This record gives sequence, structure tokens and C-alpha cells, in this order.
Amino acid sequence: MILLVAAAALFGRVLPTWTLSLATIAASNALIALGIVILARTGNVSFGQGLFYAAGGYGVALIANAWGITDAVAQMLIGAICGGLLGLVIGPFIARYSGIFFGMLTLALSMVLYGALVKTTALGGSDGFNIGRPTLFGIVFTDTREADFMLYAVSVITTGLAGVAARILFRSELGLASLAVRENNLRVEYLGISSNWVITINFTIAAIFAGAAGAFALMAQRHIDPQFAYWTTSGEFVFVAVLAGYQSVAAVFVASLALELVRSFSNLYLPNTWQLVLGIFLLAVILFLPRGIGSLWIRQKRKRTYNPTLPPLAGQAQREAAQ
Amino acid sequence: MTPVLSVRGLEKRFGAVVAADALNLDIATGQKVSLIGANGAGKTTFVNMVTGYLKPDSGSIELEGQDIASRSPRTVARLGISRSFQIPQLFVELTAAENLSVAVSGAQLRGLSFHSPAEADGRRQKTIELLERFGLDGLADRPIAELAGGIRKLIDIAMALVRRPKLLLLDEPTSGVSAEEKYAMMDRVIHAVAPDAATIVFVEHDMDIVSRYADRVVAFYQGRILADGLPSDVLKDVEVRRYVTGGAQ
Repeated sequence: MILLVAAAALFGRVLPTWTLSLATIAASNALIALGIVILARTGNVSFGQGLFYAAGGYGVALIANAWGITDAVAQMLIGAICGGLLGLVIGPFIARYSGIFFGMLTLALSMVLYGALVKTTALGGSDGFNIGRPTLFGIVFTDTREADFMLYAVSVITTGLAGVAARILFRSELGLASLAVRENNLRVEYLGISSNWVITINFTIAAIFAGAAGAFALMAQRHIDPQFAYWTTSGEFVFVAVLAGYQSVAAVFVASLALELVRSFSNLYLPNTWQLVLGIFLLAVILFLPRGIGSLWIRQKRKRTYNPTLPPLAGQAQREAAQ
Repeated sequence: MTPVLSVRGLEKRFGAVVAADALNLDIATGQKVSLIGANGAGKTTFVNMVTGYLKPDSGSIELEGQDIASRSPRTVARLGISRSFQIPQLFVELTAAENLSVAVSGAQLRGLSFHSPAEADGRRQKTIELLERFGLDGLADRPIAELAGGIRKLIDIAMALVRRPKLLLLDEPTSGVSAEEKYAMMDRVIHAVAPDAATIVFVEHDMDIVSRYADRVVAFYQGRILADGLPSDVLKDVEVRRYVTGGAQ
């Protein structure tokens, strides 16, 4: 996996310049969608990840302009911390809700931030404000392609490492408990585990990823505005997460790239109806791959063959199946 | 000697329905107590109050002298009361071993690890051993969704047992199991539970099961305790025969 990440980062050397920015955004979207997938494993979907995306972006932009911090890695870390802190504050409160209430609350909170940002002239109101070109470990990039490649490499490596961390998390005690919460949170409580705590931790991890993704989007555009917190922005991230499903980390990257490609090409060939193509694409995935793109290659552990060593009570299963 | 569970003046009403009417009950360590009664007599309400799912309107519930009446199910579980359910409450998309692995995570003193594999060798071994005790080790990697109701019951009980509870509450462990398999199932439960659960309370409708496996019977009727004592005595009680067993035994 780490070799794959390194190869993907180096692949940027041969990519056309115009695709570097696209790939950076795709990696950033994958990072935030990965967070949504981590949260979705508890059975909750956030429709307002734009909240943390904007918190990360604005946090980085304000600190960068105030203290002159231009390093890409430092900015990414600042974004992650801003998103994570906000997630840690909101998480315990929001974990008490589930299903549609959970989703709508996250959406509402992101729109509250959007409204506040639009009205705050000190932050540029609806126009937002700009920041300078990022550096890396003291190296200033004057060449545009080199700057884009640096950002591409940092975003791909960060997202890749987040993917590795997510894989470890999925197989961990917390990862399994998350799936249990998704299925039956009351039973989880009866086993002595706090399902609210499990949701809060997953929510905070998703917020950290969203904050870091906001920092990357800011660095790629060198501009931030309230659109970062708008509901359609959050919707795109959910779109990627739905495409990916919750079973595979790699699926998130494939889904994010697929979305960017479909959007770019449909925009190119069908400029007035590209959203229609996107909608049909999503419908097709939901129809044919209801568990997401990841279900294409996730190995089914289920052994559906009859096991002759089943104990006597298991015979009941066969009888029930036969009826 | 302090009883493991002591209930005093326990009351619970749902509107006009009295589910628990000034219940007083002591359960000593090591007893196998069966709760019997017609549907709606208050047995499951009693179990739900003891395990923290329902808050009593009044009265006290003490586990080894510690008040647990206002505690959450999570806290009650951590203090040493585990339960199984009439309808098994399992994680149906997970395998049997994964279900038990979640229970093992809940039973450990430290919090959930972000990085330790949920099915690490030691933990896997522990879940397999537990399944072996119930004769289910061959089903470790089968998803719950594929398993029969009887097997699910056993896994539900196995999950409750992971904590080595001071008090194990089994809500109708043989319901939904065919008549010819009830004894086999109960034998398996009692055998498997014996090393880890000192005290067992089970809700049961089958009086043959009650008389064979319980060493004390508490009969409920309209939220009250109608009779309490040895199975041979309680099952012969005139009021129990009239209101609970309908003449059985």
C-alpha cells in the first residue's frame, strides 16, 4: 500500500500540468469521503462535512495570513487540527442522534457556518479571501508546474497514509465495534461499550480528515470563500462516499477519481447537462452495486456451503432453509 | 451473607398497567432461579429494570449491596450483570466470532484500541474457546444471518458470558426452539455457563425445563410475586396452578 502511494505520488511527474490540480482536488475529496466512510461504519452519514472542510480551510487561511506559515505540511496539519477540535466539540452532542436526525443536524450546522461566513466582512464575506503559494520545508516554488506537483505529491501521500490508517482502523477493535454500533447500538451498550463514544471518535476522525482536505483545497485554489461550507459541497463528498461503499478504503480513491473523470468529461462533451450524466452514473452504481464500488473486489468471507460438522442444533437452520 | 441481587419495593407502571407491584426479592450467590408467569406478568419488565434498560418508578435494586436502580445498561453490565434476550440481539452481518470479539472488547478494562486487530490471535483463541463450550466452534466464521434461531440464542448467551458476570439473566433461553431440542439446548447452556456465571436467573414458560434446571422458582402474576420457593413446592401451589401453569405438573 505504501509503495502504491509512493508510485502514485511519483506518477505526478508524467501527468500533464492541467491534471495535477484535478488530481489534487480528487485526492482531497477522497480524504474527506474516507472520513465519511469511517463515520458511515457506525450507521451515520454526515451531510455537513463542509463544516469541517471550511473550518480547516479558514483556520489555515487565517493562521497563514496572520503568522506567515506557508509550509504545505504545516498547513495540512493546522487544517486537520482545526477540523478535529471542532469535531471533538460537536461530536459528543451529535452522537446522541441517529439516522436522518444525525444527517440533518450536521447539514444544519454546516449551513449555520455558511451563513455566518457570508455575513462576516472581516473574513471577506461571500467573496472570501486569498492566500499565498505554499512552500515545502523552506523550499519556495516559483515554477507553477513544480508548485502543483509538490501539492499533488503532498496531498496524495497524505491521503494515502490516511488510507493506510483507515485500513488499520477498520480491522481494529474500534473498527469492529463501529460495525456493531451500526447494527445494534443497544446491544453494544449491554456489552459495556459506549456507542456514543464510538460514534464520537469516528466523527472526530472524519472531521480531522475533512479539515486536512479543506487545507488542501485552499492550497490548490489559494482562495477560500463560504462555498466551502455550502450544502452542495457536502453533498459531493457524500456522493463519493456512496459510490465507494463502506467496505473498502481503496474504493474511496477509485470513486473520487471516477467522479472527477465523469464530471470533467461530461462537462466537456455535455456542458449543459453534465449534472444529468452524474446523476445517471450515481443511479447506475446504486442499482448495480448497492454496496458501492468496493463490493466489486471485496472478498466475501461468507462460506455458504453446507458444513457437515455442524452441531445438532444447526440442523434447525437446514430445516428452516428447506421450509 | 449479602445476596448477589437484592430488590426492595420495586414498582413500575405503564399507564394503568402495573408491571411491578412492590416487588421484594433476594437472590443468593450460586442459585439457579427461574422466573415464571403468564405473558404480561412482569418477568421481562423485572429483567429490564435489573439490567438498567427501564428505570423503576420507586424501590431499590442492589447488586452486592451497591445501588444500581438508576444506572445505565452499560454501567450495570460493567458492574457484573449480563443478559441474553428473548429475541437474540446479535450483529447479524458479522460472523459468530466477530460478535464474540465485540463482547470481548466490551469486557476488557482498557478502552477500545484504534490499532490492535479485533481478531488478533489471543482474542480469536478466546472466542473459539467460548464457542467450543457451546459446541459451536465449527460456526465461528459463519455470519449470524445464516444461522438458525437456536444457534443464535446460544451465541447471544455466549456473548453475555464473556464478562464472567456475577449474575446472568437469560430471557426465555429455549423459546423458539423445537420441543425435542429444548433439553439439549438447556443442557448445553447450563454446562457452558457453569464455569463463568455463579448465579443464573432465567425466564421460562416450559415447566418441564423449570423443574429440571431451576433450584428456586419465582412465580409472577400481574406484577406481583405469587409464589417463591423450591420448584416442587411452587409448581404445586394452587394459585400458581390457577394463574400461571394452568394445571401443568
